[in-house]
Amino acid sequence: MLLREVEYAKPSSVAEALALLVADDGARALAGGQTLINVMKARAASPDMLVDLNGIDELKGIELAGDGTLSIGPMTTYSEIVGSAEAKARPILGEVCAQIADVQVRNRGTIGGNVCANDPTNHLPPLVAAVGATFHIAGRDGVRVVPADEFFLGVYLTAVGPGELLTRITIPAGKGDGFAAVTLGADGTCIANAAASVNGSVRVVLGCVDAVPVVVSPAAADDESVRAAVRGAGLRPPGDVHASSDYRTHLAEVLAVRAVRTAVERAGG
Amino acid sequence: MANGAAAASSSWTITVRINDAVYEREVEARKLLIHFVRDDLDLTGSHIGCDTGNCGACSMIVDGVLVKSCMLLAVQADGTTIETVEGLAAGGELTTLQQAFSDHHALQCGYCTPGMLMSATALLRTNSDPSDAEIKKALQGNICRCTGYWNIFEAVKAAAGSGA
Repeated sequence: MLLREVEYAKPSSVAEALALLVADDGARALAGGQTLINVMKARAASPDMLVDLNGIDELKGIELAGDGTLSIGPMTTYSEIVGSAEAKARPILGEVCAQIADVQVRNRGTIGGNVCANDPTNHLPPLVAAVGATFHIAGRDGVRVVPADEFFLGVYLTAVGPGELLTRITIPAGKGDGFAAVTLGADGTCIANAAASVNGSVRVVLGCVDAVPVVVSPAAADDESVRAAVRGAGLRPPGDVHASSDYRTHLAEVLAVRAVRTAVERAGG
Repeated sequence: MANGAAAASSSWTITVRINDAVYEREVEARKLLIHFVRDDLDLTGSHIGCDTGNCGACSMIVDGVLVKSCMLLAVQADGTTIETVEGLAAGGELTTLQQAFSDHHALQCGYCTPGMLMSATALLRTNSDPSDAEIKKALQGNICRCTGYWNIFEAVKAAAGSGA
């Protein structure tokens, strides 16, 4: 398919990329391209310029600090996270990345692209929200740090504004995590998903049911408490050809329970 | 690239090595890698099934990494080494995997075959003894509408067993 005419630049540093993004309102960052290129084919987005981040080494790689905190470059691919020894400090990350689409997509698609796209059916927005990630966003006034609860603003919309770039994602240590999804075929697009973390308190984040991941905080980790918390969230998810609004609401409850059960098991193990 | 700053352009001259031949061409930034390879270089072994990133018929190995070439711009492949299906039987002799596809009737219309072969080639390169589940997972990004996948699976399993 022929894309609309577009300019392309391949900066080698964050500073260069920011200069390009700031100078042109129609410039968009190109990460793995596994969403954006297709969106451009459909003319659902028509940027004037693509700023390819694939040449910026400082946006890649995973570091593990002494206290177990992971620092992940947004241009790290799903495959790199799956294969990373460091990322095993928070095992759920690799487990969920291994469920995204297929080998080819995992080889190109990036954690930063996934969260910045904030497609409500994506796997990683609810997951990073459940594990308490923080996001480092660079702009012309320097770098600001945004917690997950303030990162996702709307469908396809995050705290990374025009002329800004996500430069780092940090994730604290922990192992009491779970993730459950009902997908279109094995490893396909999520119809509904839920991520849970029981490192200390119980935190459940529901995907596919609203414009942004929905955080619920059950009083306890037992099934009935989790179900009650999801019911109390007053979900009114969209209905589509794959699931009615009512069915998606039902799935959210079921998947929340499954994710929490896994998280509890992992926390105790 | 004056003063080290990145310059934007809608047209780029790129150099790629594909199956041991080097090509230098001018491309529009909007051109997808699959279109560059098929239309500009006339290497039509790689197919376009869906053009939406779902079917995997356009799969290629770029710098050792399996990708769908309809979700990569040609300009992004500048400086890379690319393997396409044409490169598998470079000496005129089928690879063990290709022979296994023939032996096990792993194709009917053949449209998905170039992508299947590249995905299976990438798998066997990093995992010479894949489990059944690993074979299935490795072919997940490739859609076949004829075979029901079973003979493709059998072919990959046989090729792995023969030390391909």
